[in-house]
Amino acid sequence: MTEETKPFEPVIIGFTCNWCSYRAADLAGTARMKYAPNVRLIRLMCSGRLDPTFVFKAFAGGADAVLVSGCHPGDCHYATQNYKAMRRFHLMTRVLTQMGIESGRLKLLWASAAEGQIFANAITKFVEEVRLLGPLNWNTTGAGIPAEVAKEEVTA
Amino acid sequence: MSKPKFAMYWAASCGGCEIAVLNIHEKILEVDAAFEVVFWPVAMDAKYKDVEAMQDGEITLCLFNGGMRNDENEHIAKLLRRKSKIMVAFGSCACEGCIPGLANFSSITDLVDTAFTTITTDNPDNIRPVTSYAMPEGTIIIPTLNPMLKTLDQVVDVDYYMPGCPPESHQIAAVVDLVIAALNGKAELPPKGATIGAGNSTVCDECPRKRNVKTIKEFRRIQFTTTDPELCLLEQGIPCNGVATRSGCNARCPSAGAQCIGCYGPAEGVVDYAARLISAFASVIDSDNPEEIDKILDGLVDPAGQFYRFNLAGSLLRASKSAQKG
Repeated sequence: MTEETKPFEPVIIGFTCNWCSYRAADLAGTARMKYAPNVRLIRLMCSGRLDPTFVFKAFAGGADAVLVSGCHPGDCHYATQNYKAMRRFHLMTRVLTQMGIESGRLKLLWASAAEGQIFANAITKFVEEVRLLGPLNWNTTGAGIPAEVAKEEVTA
Repeated sequence: MSKPKFAMYWAASCGGCEIAVLNIHEKILEVDAAFEVVFWPVAMDAKYKDVEAMQDGEITLCLFNGGMRNDENEHIAKLLRRKSKIMVAFGSCACEGCIPGLANFSSITDLVDTAFTTITTDNPDNIRPVTSYAMPEGTIIIPTLNPMLKTLDQVVDVDYYMPGCPPESHQIAAVVDLVIAALNGKAELPPKGATIGAGNSTVCDECPRKRNVKTIKEFRRIQFTTTDPELCLLEQGIPCNGVATRSGCNARCPSAGAQCIGCYGPAEGVVDYAARLISAFASVIDSDNPEEIDKILDGLVDPAGQFYRFNLAGSLLRASKSAQKG
């Protein structure tokens, strides 16, 4: 296949929580469920640990979309932190939309440790949605994200 | 022995930084006693060619304010960098883009359209600027706009950052004292890349208002409401940026009854200013219901403008998608 006829493969950064959504992904893996390979998962202890900086850095660094996932509302291992993630998600979506990043590029997904199939299906669906949006191609050269920032660790 | 040389330049800025320098009052005489002012367009007559004729590193201290809006700004930034030993990004524009950096929300086409065709502009023949024009006497050239405004350190190497819009005069005076002491061997300059003339904490740390860790049910605009003079503004639903903003101003605005708008830039350790504020604002919202959260957030009329008023050009994303595409 030539460069032009290859379908666009989006790069998606996914943040999962240790207690539910990462275990859902783990279950999908051990049960050999098939889902789109476009998501690079990063495990956090809790969705409430998600600093919005992670999301901004992912987009600035070339991600086409970002997935934020955690325990279902009411099920958070740390009581209420997934609600905090939800509020951040709503505010982040508004700011990113103003920056020209479509709201469809940031997704919030609740998945319990038993929901491997739901997690796998949601990812496959998300990849198709992002494929339709096309590449984000954030300008990462020239005036884009400087190399030293790209290497820098984002601290709490 | 000849005195060390001093330069100050303005790129895309408003001139407020130079006023702030003059606001150090009689200390300006110490600047004059310690330095020979060789280049300062707002205060004295000097030509670019005078700077070009200098040796590399001949200027000891250059305070550079303003963002990189056009190729002339970039040219002078590179020139002054070469000629200066100590290059200071002076003020919010040079450090992080500031108000001129808000243009990074729009494409260049939109910017020029707004300037030359809106209802407030009398331009019946739709005349647009051209960067080069042939006259009988020769070709006239004006600077070309950059598609995105850049900060000083996105163009040249910067030794120190001095935030503020403008930097507070007492902070400028302290920095002047430090540099003079360092020149006389009585003090050491901070390590390269340091932020000078500001604190290492947040505006909240200097703010006299009381905090009760209270959550809120609505955001309110300060001009449409009365506020409690003692209580934290954010806890009263006023979008105050103090939590993510660098200290150094003695919390001037919150002390005077207005919310912090963030002119001192991101606090120590904050990578993206808006991201930190999103985190903070989301934490005070008192709701677990998505519909209600959205309703509360409707009270923040322009979140990106609120969070990036001073910091857009210096943020992780740098500019909106339309500005990036030109």
